[in-house]
Parts: sequence; C-alpha cells; structure tokens
Amino acid sequence: MSNPIAQRDVFGDTMIELCQRDERVVLLDGDLANSTKSDKLAAALPGRFFMMGIAEQNLAGVAAGMATLGLKPWVASFAAFLATRDLDQVRVVIAQPRLNVRLAAHYSGLLTGFTGKTHQVVNDLAIMRSLPNMACVAPCDAIEARAAMLALNDYEGPVYLRLTRDPAPAVVAADSVFELGRTVTLRSGADVGIISTGGQTARALAAADELARQHVAASVLHVPTLKPIDADAIVAFAEGVRCVLTCEEHSIIGGLGGAVCEILGERSPTRVARLGLRDVDGESGPNDALLRKYGLTEQHVTYAALELLRQT
Amino acid sequence: MTEGEIARMGNEIRRQTLRAVFHAGAGHIGGVFSAAELLAALYFSVLRIDPSKPQWPDRDRFILSKGHAAIGLYATLALRGYFSVAELATFDAIDSRLQGHPDMTKLPGLDMSTGSLGQGLSPGVGMALGARYMGKEFSTWVMLGDGETQEGQIWEAAFAASRYELDNLIAILDWNHLQQYGWSTEAGYAASARLDPSVDPQAKWRAFGWRVLECDGHDVSEILKTCQAALERSGRPTVIIARTTKGKGVSFMENEYAWHSRPFDAALLERALAELNEATPG
Repeated sequence: MSNPIAQRDVFGDTMIELCQRDERVVLLDGDLANSTKSDKLAAALPGRFFMMGIAEQNLAGVAAGMATLGLKPWVASFAAFLATRDLDQVRVVIAQPRLNVRLAAHYSGLLTGFTGKTHQVVNDLAIMRSLPNMACVAPCDAIEARAAMLALNDYEGPVYLRLTRDPAPAVVAADSVFELGRTVTLRSGADVGIISTGGQTARALAAADELARQHVAASVLHVPTLKPIDADAIVAFAEGVRCVLTCEEHSIIGGLGGAVCEILGERSPTRVARLGLRDVDGESGPNDALLRKYGLTEQHVTYAALELLRQT
Repeated sequence: MTEGEIARMGNEIRRQTLRAVFHAGAGHIGGVFSAAELLAALYFSVLRIDPSKPQWPDRDRFILSKGHAAIGLYATLALRGYFSVAELATFDAIDSRLQGHPDMTKLPGLDMSTGSLGQGLSPGVGMALGARYMGKEFSTWVMLGDGETQEGQIWEAAFAASRYELDNLIAILDWNHLQQYGWSTEAGYAASARLDPSVDPQAKWRAFGWRVLECDGHDVSEILKTCQAALERSGRPTVIIARTTKGKGVSFMENEYAWHSRPFDAALLERALAELNEATPG
C-alpha cells in the first residue's frame, strides 16, 4: 500500500493543475492558505490566487461575483466556516442563483488538528445537502479528492466539497475516475451492508475485513456524492443484505445516515443503524482519542455491525 | 438624453412603481422614490449597456444591494427597453419574472440576485476583481441603502475593495436617513421621526480607504457630474454619498418611515400620482 496522503496536499497540487489547464479557474482563500495548502497555488501561480482576508461572508460574495463573469472560482476555507459562518451568503448569492462556485471545505469532521469544537462542524453535510441546487461531495481519500476536483471543475452549478486534514490510507484505485452521483462498491457480502462516506470509509473498510475474519460477510458501499445521491444504487445495495449500517464522521442527524433512511424508508424499508456523532459537538484531542471517544474507530464499526445483525 | 428628460424619467419610475405596488397590494416605495433619479441617471446616461443584449460581456455591471427596491429597478429596466412596461403588472405574482427581490435566474438584465441586506457589495468586489483579471474595462456599480450598512459584511467588502485598489468599483449610498423601523429619538418610538441609520458615512468610507464623492441624489445635473468623476480611475474604489429623501416626490410619503413598505388604496394612489404629475419638470 502506498504512503498515506492528505487530501489538502492534493488539493493544493490539483488547484495548480486546474489553473494550468483552464484560465477561468481562480482560487480565493480566507487567510488559511498554509492550512488549506492553497499556498501551493499562491507560490506557483500568484496571479490566480486571491487572499480575501478573515472575512468569510465577503469571501463567498466575491466568489459569486466572479462566477457571474464566467470565471470558475474555487473557495478554500474550513468546513466550519464555509458551512455556517457564511451560510446566508452561500444560500442567497451562490446556491439560489446556481453560480459556478466550488466551496472547498477543509478540516471537515473531528480530525482538525487540536482545534476543538469551534473548528469542528458536525452537521455541514446536513446543512449543505438541504440547500436547493447545492451538490455535495465527500471524498474518501486523496486519490478520490483529486479525481473529484478534476470532474467538478466542469460541473455547472455550485458544489460543496468536503475535505479532510490529515494523511490517510488510499481506499480507491490510483486510476479511479470520479463521476458526480456515482457510488463505489468496495466489498460484497450478504449479511450486513455498510454505507459510508468521506474519511470514514477507510475505517468502514477495515471493519469489513475484520468482520470477514469473524465469518460475517459485509458489503461496503462508499457514497462520495451526498447530492445528487444515487438512490437506486442505495436501494439495490440494501436489497442485497439483511440490514444496513451507515457510518460517517458527521452527526447522525441529516447527513449520510439521514439520507439513506429517507431513501430506504420511502422505497425499500430496511433495518438501519446509524454510526456517527450522536447529536454532540467535538473537542480538542489526538485523532485516535477523538475517534475512540466519539465511537468512530474501525472497532466501533465492527461492533455496531455485529450488534445490528444480532438484533435483526 | 437631456438632464430634463432624465429627471422626467425619474418621476416616471415613481409612477410605474406606484401602479405596480398598488396592483400587487404589496411592495417597497420609500426606498425606490429616494433612488429614482439615481436609477434614471445610471440607466439612461451613465451605464454602458445594451438592452437588446443583456448578457453582453463588456457591459457595465449594476447591483441593487438594497434589493427591496426591486420594483424601482424593474420599472427602470422596463422603461429602458429590457422588457415591456406592461409586464410590471406581474410584479410579485406567481410565476412572474419580477420577484419581490431581484432574481437573476428569472430576469435577464439583473447582474446579481439580492435581497438579504448587506450582501451586494461583495459580488461587486468579485466583478471588479474578475474584470481586472480578465482584462476587461467595464465598471461595476453597487447601490447601497444606508440602513444596510449596519451589516458587517459591507465593511468586509469595503476593506477588500480598498486592499485590492479596485478603482473600477463604484458604490452609491442612497443616504435617505430612514430604515424600516429605525432607532428612536428622545421622543421615543411613538414619534414618526427616527435617528439616521448611518452616522457620518463620509468618515467611515474614507477610513476604509475609499474615495468619497457627494451629491444631491435628486439633482440630475449633480448626479451626472459626480458619476463622471467617479469613473476616473484613481487607484481607489469610489463611493458616491447621495443625499436623498425617502419617499421623495409625494408630500405624505416624504421622510415617513411607514412608507418604507405598505399597501394603499386607490384614493391614495390618485393623490400620489397627481403630486408626481404636477412635479414633473417641463
């Protein structure tokens, strides 16, 4: 297996790639360029990088104004700020007018480098996927993050791209192509179906391997696109297993778990358990301690799957 | 168009606004009347635009940040030939292109959707910054209400505009001294008077690095001269502080905060139209 790579590193490199191939691409950043790795573009192609200061509401509006000219502005900041600090701006001048702004939401989830709850937004997917017109993507690793950026640059409409901070193991194949809305089946098994998104997918996959060692056959469906979500794929997946466990580094309210329950409840009632933050905020701490305390380790996924099977 | 004709157009914007609001049974009036000459001067003289090509890439941009004055902008666009004046009767009706606040996805000719106050200057910064990046010469104009400058985002945008030395960006402050409900005077909220929404705006904009120009916002000659001065590229963004009167042109609406937005009956409509007809300059 290759060395773990951080999504943010790939973000900075891919911004350079996008700017080189498309003169309409620009990047706006809210004074976090050395955190979001937008600084790579600032160093390589300074004319394409716009530092907008510590002012996220203005940042969103400036990007919207640029998009009306036919430019393709990418906006880099932390998920916590893009999803909440400037929510009204995102709603009114980006989502409602369906402008081509890509919100690169860095430092998503709990693993944000000892920042504590102010910088850990636990419900950004819930917020963003409920905004009309907003596409919503959470890649599982650096490979998929890059592939998603290449694909989303040509998408017509606003996008929320949820990225993570720290290096993580590769999940998808190195030559993977991203297609908005498409799900990825990573394991097949008839007992329990695990549906996962974002960085949590690596831990879901590890749990599936552990379940196999315990002679439990688990399927794993990775759902990088929360919107437009592939409801048909989720229904078909659920119909091939006894029960479904959703897992995400996000609140169990309104994110992937919410979306799966909405779909299955309407189309194919299935026993579902949701693994994620149980209506709580995060806190400061090392990554492994955070995952343990908030129930997101591969052992938690394994245990939740076994418990769900026992009850089904 | 002569100054006299622009002044008459300002009053025509008021008349069309009154009829549309009367027909819809709802809509903002006071903040349209304060801006009527400004809108007329911009669309009939200052802006480089072509109503037959609303998406012309090199056109000047205009953002009505005080989006509640939408019907005034619609009346202006209709009179300028973007669409028929008859369509103004659909204002606020279901399926209309003329939404309560400007919706750029519905009506060609709108350069930005606005309505949530304090948000219009930032897209203006984006257009001005984008124009420079793309090597385009057009100017971007943003009309601000004085009340909405209470929003912090205005000052985020003001800071960014001056940091990027955006001398292709011009804000016009419709300084009409009233907002929807407003701050009380010593006489309390029972009195019709209210405190000014914006105290010493000249000093505030200057402190943010902007070039500050001023004019009487109802004197077409002054407006045109000031707009021409604003177009001179000075290395700084420019704000035109336009001294205006909310409800201007109708005696019982002037300086009455209650006329920010309210329905009215046919008798009041006729009284208001009569005053506007009388006042229309020859």
